[in-house]
Amino acid sequence: MMVLITYDVNTETDEGKKRLRKVAKACQDYGQRVQNSVFECVIDPARLRILQAKLEKLIDKKKDSLRYYYLGDEWKNRVEHVGAKPSFDLTGTLIA
Amino acid sequence: MKTLSNVLYITSPEVYLSLDGENVVVRKDEHTSTRLPLHNLENIVCFNWQGVSPALMGACAERGIGLAFLSPNGRFLGRVTGKVYGNVLLRKKQYLISEHESQCVPIASSFLIGKIYNSRKVIERALRDHGLLVDKDTLGRASAFLKEILKGLTTCKHIPELMAFEGSAAKIYFSVFDQLILQQKEDFHFEERSRRPPLDNMNSLLSFLYTLLTNEAMSALEAVGLDPYVGFLHADRPGRPSLALDLMEELRPVFADRLALSLVNRKQITGKGFTQKESGGILMDDDTRKTVITAWQERKKEEIEHPYLKERIPFGLIPHVQALLLARYLRGDLDAYPPFFWN
Repeated sequence: MMVLITYDVNTETDEGKKRLRKVAKACQDYGQRVQNSVFECVIDPARLRILQAKLEKLIDKKKDSLRYYYLGDEWKNRVEHVGAKPSFDLTGTLIA
Repeated sequence: MKTLSNVLYITSPEVYLSLDGENVVVRKDEHTSTRLPLHNLENIVCFNWQGVSPALMGACAERGIGLAFLSPNGRFLGRVTGKVYGNVLLRKKQYLISEHESQCVPIASSFLIGKIYNSRKVIERALRDHGLLVDKDTLGRASAFLKEILKGLTTCKHIPELMAFEGSAAKIYFSVFDQLILQQKEDFHFEERSRRPPLDNMNSLLSFLYTLLTNEAMSALEAVGLDPYVGFLHADRPGRPSLALDLMEELRPVFADRLALSLVNRKQITGKGFTQKESGGILMDDDTRKTVITAWQERKKEEIEHPYLKERIPFGLIPHVQALLLARYLRGDLDAYPPFFWN
């Protein structure tokens, strides 16, 4: 299924900047960066739980926030892209 | 049930693959690179010269992602194999059975029954769908002949006997194969199977598809813990993945032959995409290869009902399911190995 993960990490302090980098890195391990703090992950529910646990350990719940959008298997009908930085389809044929 | 993950094909010769975190990074030059999370992949097939970083090889081996190297013209070079999966008891059983001809025969004949049944289906389909375009009598005779061979197979007691039946089945099947090519006859015709090197366009296409299928069969066998090099029908020979070849027999007509015919008959590929080398061998160009790989990947996503499991699965999981059923038979959980019958 497709899950969209977005985050807002408060970067006023060095501590915050560090958290931001770590959150971005964790998301990148599981999905594709489509915008600065927006990741698209084609992922199964078990792996998603692991990722969520990781992310929730990294953030400071008082200052930062995470949002998960569950787009299911039919996500292709629900996502539209306009403009620069087009993403590629992880479930399509991958030829490089 | 296992899910069908994606396969990454690297066809540009100048690409280098490396690992970053949990991602494969595909680098074309300093500026362009693509990142793919490893968990979306089950196989990486490389046709490139530059290769793959050792770190990525390790990561693939650890996660059970198949990593295969082929030369840019599609010849198999090698695979990265990690820890052996499954348990040693299963493999010992496999070796033990492979030593006794009487125990190999039922498995080997299952593979061949599957193969000949499916080959016959390919012919029957052409008769059904294009009855007016093909020579009905010849195809009908070939189909009837294959049916007889199927009956004969069940009484075989020895491997050479089985091989003889399979030889005559292959002969009759390939003798009518040319008639199944309905379009672009001037560029695609078929007289006999030639390989190393393939001497005409159709053989070149078939060889390439068989190579893709071998890779899938090997990955499937390794994933269930069987040794792809110890076969029941094909004799052991150093470096030959005999069991993968065994398993492929029943899958060839469905996965490769049928797909090759569709690509030609639907004019998805043309004779222009093939060139002859000095050796006389025929090579596909990059665009044609991409078209073939795309069609292959699309085919794998189509769903069918597995005749034995009675469960809907994507085509691409069939090698895995058959490997699993074989492992169950070897363990003694099934009374016979059920071949895959295509309907």
